[in-house]
Amino acid sequence: MTEFELPPIDYVAIAPILIIMGAAVLGVLVEAFVPRRLRHPVQLPLALLAVLAALTMVVVNADKRVITFGVIAIDGPTLFLQGAILVLSAVALLLVGERAIERGGAFVAQAAITADSPDDRRQAERAGGAGEVYPLVTFAVGGMLIFVSANDLLTMFIALEVFSLPLYLLCALARRRRLLSQEAAMKYFLLGAYASAFFLFGLALLYGFTAGMGDRQAGVDFSTIHAAVANSTQSRVLLFAGMALVAIGLLFKAAAAPFHVWTPDVYQGAPTPITGFMAACTKVAAFGALLRVFHVAFEGARWDFTPVLGAVAVLTMLVGAVLAVTQTDIKRLLAYSSIANAGYLLVGVLAPGPEGLSGTMFYLVAYGFTVLAAFAVVTLVRDADGEATHLSRWAGLGRRSPLYASLFTFILLAFAGIPLTSGFISKFAVFGPALSGGQVWLVIAGVLTSMVLAFPYLRVVVMMWLSEPGETTPTVTVPGGLTSAALAIGVIATLVLGVVPGPLLDLATGAADFVR
Amino acid sequence: MSDFPFLSVLTAAPLVGAVVVALLPRSRPTLAKQVALGWSLLVLALSVVMWVTWQVDGHRFQFRESYPWIPNWGVNFTFAADGIALVMLMLIAVLVPLVILASWHDAESSKRSVPTYFALLLVLECTMLGVFAAADVFLFYVFFEVMLVPMYFLIGSYGGHQRQYAAVKFFLYSLVGGLFMLAAVIGLWVLGGKTFDWVALSQVDISTGAERWLFLGFFVAFAIKAPFFPFHTWLPDAGGAAPAGAAALLVGVLDKVGTFGILRYCLPLFPEAAQWFAPWALALALVGIIYAALLAVGQNDLKRLVSYTSIAHFGFIGVGIFAFTTQAGTGAVLYMLNHGLATGLLFLVVGMLVARRGSALVSDFGGAGKLVPVLAGVFFFAGLASLALPGTAPFVSEFLVLIGTFTVNKPVAVIATLGIILAAAYVLWMVQRTTQGTLNPALTEIDGMKRDLNLREKVVVAPLIALIVLLGFYPKPVTDVINPAVQATMEDVGRTDPAPSVDTVQEASR
Repeated sequence: MTEFELPPIDYVAIAPILIIMGAAVLGVLVEAFVPRRLRHPVQLPLALLAVLAALTMVVVNADKRVITFGVIAIDGPTLFLQGAILVLSAVALLLVGERAIERGGAFVAQAAITADSPDDRRQAERAGGAGEVYPLVTFAVGGMLIFVSANDLLTMFIALEVFSLPLYLLCALARRRRLLSQEAAMKYFLLGAYASAFFLFGLALLYGFTAGMGDRQAGVDFSTIHAAVANSTQSRVLLFAGMALVAIGLLFKAAAAPFHVWTPDVYQGAPTPITGFMAACTKVAAFGALLRVFHVAFEGARWDFTPVLGAVAVLTMLVGAVLAVTQTDIKRLLAYSSIANAGYLLVGVLAPGPEGLSGTMFYLVAYGFTVLAAFAVVTLVRDADGEATHLSRWAGLGRRSPLYASLFTFILLAFAGIPLTSGFISKFAVFGPALSGGQVWLVIAGVLTSMVLAFPYLRVVVMMWLSEPGETTPTVTVPGGLTSAALAIGVIATLVLGVVPGPLLDLATGAADFVR
Repeated sequence: MSDFPFLSVLTAAPLVGAVVVALLPRSRPTLAKQVALGWSLLVLALSVVMWVTWQVDGHRFQFRESYPWIPNWGVNFTFAADGIALVMLMLIAVLVPLVILASWHDAESSKRSVPTYFALLLVLECTMLGVFAAADVFLFYVFFEVMLVPMYFLIGSYGGHQRQYAAVKFFLYSLVGGLFMLAAVIGLWVLGGKTFDWVALSQVDISTGAERWLFLGFFVAFAIKAPFFPFHTWLPDAGGAAPAGAAALLVGVLDKVGTFGILRYCLPLFPEAAQWFAPWALALALVGIIYAALLAVGQNDLKRLVSYTSIAHFGFIGVGIFAFTTQAGTGAVLYMLNHGLATGLLFLVVGMLVARRGSALVSDFGGAGKLVPVLAGVFFFAGLASLALPGTAPFVSEFLVLIGTFTVNKPVAVIATLGIILAAAYVLWMVQRTTQGTLNPALTEIDGMKRDLNLREKVVVAPLIALIVLLGFYPKPVTDVINPAVQATMEDVGRTDPAPSVDTVQEASR
């Protein structure tokens, strides 16, 4: 038997991951030992502090470029994306922690009670919310941090599971519309399990592919795959099949068509703060992994995957834009909009070179802030039965509460890509490099779908401002401090990144270099 | 004095004013109106100083300023004005205070916040000034798109019948055009060496195929904005639904962004493509002149009628631009100014009529001149100016366009001349049916129709009438400013004027 030697570990480099994971475990302990009424006041600061500490460590690591442990690559894109995930998850945590809008927050106390039973109705009215959401969110964040830094497919797979499982659970915890929430969680879990299986199978095929390199050992770390793409003697079918299967697993998380079908149902059913968290942070994680896999491992096969992924991108943009037009529920509309945005992000992933990389990373951050602000507004528009998400209910909202209607209008204009919002700058950031790289048809598809997509956004604006308020127009709840803060951060970031994008673009450009 | 950052201050000033007005309490509408008017007069004063400082024989681009914005992409806040832009900036600065004064009571009927209406007008002024003052393609695009937002809310929130439909149609048409342009802007940036500076881009050599696509991207956006046939259908709806003041700005200034864009971007940046597409553009312009004029004759809604006359006039401007002679080009630019004055006046007067009668339908009027003689007189004058009667400013520009075109392309000039006849038809018939003839008995029942122009309204129309007459007899101060810029543009395209021969000149003036 060979001696097992522990690889060297750079603890400082992986400190953000360790801090977040430690905090999550601590959160579980808090849930077990702290009295019920103290849990919320303890959990939220704990989670936020952990995120802050992890963010500090990311900043400390800013100039680090190492592969530690053999499996974790700490480089520019990792640090940038980790920072993005942490900042966005902090904003999402503010939404999760809101207790002022509804007694006990957006989460149910006991998810296992039969939906719509008298017990369920009673707990929807009175019971406090589950405190488990904080460790669950923290675990998910930890998984995402590993996901974007994983340097081999196996680690990536484990990270995928680590951040997916808490999300499946979180989706099922909505206080209102329990059946919808449970259905969403079930769908997400089943389809997510399939996607994971695809990923795993692809991983196995790629392992087989790397075996054909003479004296070099087979493996699934990215440098080995990269070398194998260049000079493996195995059949290319293994490579293409493996690449396709791994891509399916990732594209599922990224909500790209035709692997998007779960998105509208899950976005609609999940508690709105969690929807915001998924739309912002899961997107960053999924695209971070896509960027790493395609820029580092499969770089040599660019000519082979570009047409296929390009077709996926066009399809995603089309599906998202066209189906968004027909939606009547604000959360589903935002879900289709997020699908279309996944298409634009894929355009950025396919743009060769560091410009495409930095543009995509900028897009992820900008979109994350805007979408979080959008869902923050959704949590506020409510009536006696919880959130009023049907679009017809938003008619005349501009009269009832001009401030929130103005903010939401601004957010929608950002989604539509009107200049002076981050939406415009980020579209430019991905289309520019794509055009430089000669992918004219992707840019044209992007521009055409943007036109289609403008229509549903505009319809909401018309609803809010130009329609008269009706009997059923809900009032906007005055938000607590946490939601206000999240909304303010999201809107201000959307404005600032639209007016002075220079610093973040600089940061993204400086970070756009993978280690291999 | 010429070191003063005129253009950036001019652009930013209305925005500051808008913030101030928006922050005023809703309960004090009069104060908001006064502040807005004062602010716009301040902008006017600044632009007059700028006009005086302008050196007629100086550099093509003056008042140039540049500040870095997004260094990664080579985006700068670069402002610079040529003669064409200067004239348009003056037009905006003159029109906005008059529009504010004319819309004094417009916002009150809508149940919406009055300060917001005037704040939106000032935001609109800021974006309009910015779009003409920008000399950086990215900056131009930003203003071009942002301009939609205040106009959308002006139409949608404060408009009349079918305002929602009109506002959405306006927004979507413009946005579609804008997105085509965005693709072209990105393409230009990539092919032009990652810079957005107009001067640098105008010296870049682009392959013929790419140049034609880029031209098309820009041209579609501008043709929708102008609007040229067949992209025009949004204008009658928007013009018909918008409150009169906003409609005057929409048709008087906003649409000029299209023709200005063609002159500033399409022609100099893509000269070869411009020549290649010129026959098509001329054809569209001609169809627009005849088709829109015919539709105008058949309209029963005054505001829609005036909108259609504008589409016909934009046909003339298009002909003037794509004839590629200095005369026609100068005529086109002069037409942009004069059309802004004449149609702006016409829209404002129509607004006054509509406000009194409570209806924009021609058939609801009839013999109104007997009740409100002064208003009817001004209406008649505005109509005559818009059909380009000699002695009014539009005549000079229309004439320049036609003779400039005749020297190079006789058939086009001849067909365009038909538009003048149709113009006489729609204007005179409109005047006849509304203010002349037997008095419509229903009008005497309406209190509003018993009030002729009050002092405020006289102050609104007087400067416009004075300018139209003045420029009709003595356009030289303006043509002196326009001419060098147009000449430079034609040189960019690579066309020189044909040497005048005695025959053609005589023929044209006959």
